[in-house]
Amino acid sequence: MKFAKPLFALAAVSALVAPAAIAHRMWLLPSSTVVSGTDNWVTVDAAVSNDLFYFDHRPLGAIPTITQPDGAEGKAEHHNVGQFRATFDVHLTQQGTYRIAVVNQGVFGRYTLNGETKMLPRGTTKAQLATAIPAGATDVQTSEMVARNEIFVTQGAPTNTVFKPTGEGIELVPVTHPNDLVANEPATFQFLLDGKPASGLYVTTILGGGRYRAAPKQMDQRTDASGKVTIKWPEAGMYWINVTPNAPRPEGEGEGPRPQAQAGAQARAPRPEGAPQGMRGVPSGRRVSYTTTLEVLAP
Amino acid sequence: MQFRLTGLTTAALGAGALLPNTAAAQTMDLSIELPRIRVAEYHKPYVAVWLEKEGQPARTLSVWYDVDKRGGEGTKWLHDVRQWWRASGRTMGFPADGISGATRAPGVQKQRLVAGKGGMPALTPGQYTLVVEAAREVGGREVVRLPFAWNGSSVTATAKGASELGAVSFTLKR
Repeated sequence: MKFAKPLFALAAVSALVAPAAIAHRMWLLPSSTVVSGTDNWVTVDAAVSNDLFYFDHRPLGAIPTITQPDGAEGKAEHHNVGQFRATFDVHLTQQGTYRIAVVNQGVFGRYTLNGETKMLPRGTTKAQLATAIPAGATDVQTSEMVARNEIFVTQGAPTNTVFKPTGEGIELVPVTHPNDLVANEPATFQFLLDGKPASGLYVTTILGGGRYRAAPKQMDQRTDASGKVTIKWPEAGMYWINVTPNAPRPEGEGEGPRPQAQAGAQARAPRPEGAPQGMRGVPSGRRVSYTTTLEVLAP
Repeated sequence: MQFRLTGLTTAALGAGALLPNTAAAQTMDLSIELPRIRVAEYHKPYVAVWLEKEGQPARTLSVWYDVDKRGGEGTKWLHDVRQWWRASGRTMGFPADGISGATRAPGVQKQRLVAGKGGMPALTPGQYTLVVEAAREVGGREVVRLPFAWNGSSVTATAKGASELGAVSFTLKR
């Protein structure tokens, strides 16, 4: 996996949405998820808001990473960041399943040096952490974030090449293909945490279109011992799915960086073994999350 | 005998001396009524006809769409024939020889399908379902299912749609 873009994305997101977006939902909404033919375009809305999928708060301006069915990197075209939403287009020229992802990955933190509190520069990676914190620094507080937000679009028959796990953060492995969803058939997905099936993850499923109904139509589930969850769709529509190791707050998991004090209390993702709190070169806290938007079609 | 809906088997059957096939080919006479729908903007529907048998991949017999549009543009909306697209269409290439055809006008549309030609396989006795799905631009979509048991000699099935399809029937004979 290449980190150049996600890091840029991270910086962009932080600049655009933090701290107001904390406790809001980040989402990517494709114009289509199942297309036929050999040459199509899909357009994607990217935004941060409470209500799904209404762009009424902030845009999600990060440049997404496109992975084509053959594994090669694709291109987000006509990227535009507006007041409430960002939009971009993806040209589909291959047969199979595309992944469109915004991955926020990096280390946040601060330390004290010569009586002065300093923030880690934005875009710091875990590998750079040891050198990013100068010798003699005290009161080191760092937190790693891997927030994955991705959607899938299939031209022709669904394929599985884009689901090859990277082993970082939470990832989806299809049991049911995410572009093969029909309202009257339950769908099963497996979730991995750092490449291993993760039990007990909190899976929040919310049907879009909430503005026009009183009930939120939300399902709260946990992954089973093999990291799997089976979702029964109440109806056809666009669903927002959020997966976290900790119980999400009522408004949904925020995606922006949070102060260490909160992150430490909320993120129960396993820490690197034997890493004491605040040790130089190892993040003391960790926040991981997975978000996707799935389209469920009518039978 | 285990029935397999593959082109290979069809070819094997055609070449095999032990199995009856081309000498007295199975023939399906299909009748699909496309209702006249009085709306300001009418487009002839995309229609797909396919055959299902439990444990076998669905087999497309016929697809009527904008087959002549420039640059294969007509295939762009094939996925709107949603059940068919998922059951069979998405794994096919277009135009499909002996399967693709132009859209048809309202009225009773007849089609004869002969085993071994186009998408029509030679059927072994058993339980099948013939499925017809119609999807209309700026209109609705409807699926009509005709389950039938093939005994090797003759069968007729009839069903009726409510919106995008009228009477649908077929007779399969050998």
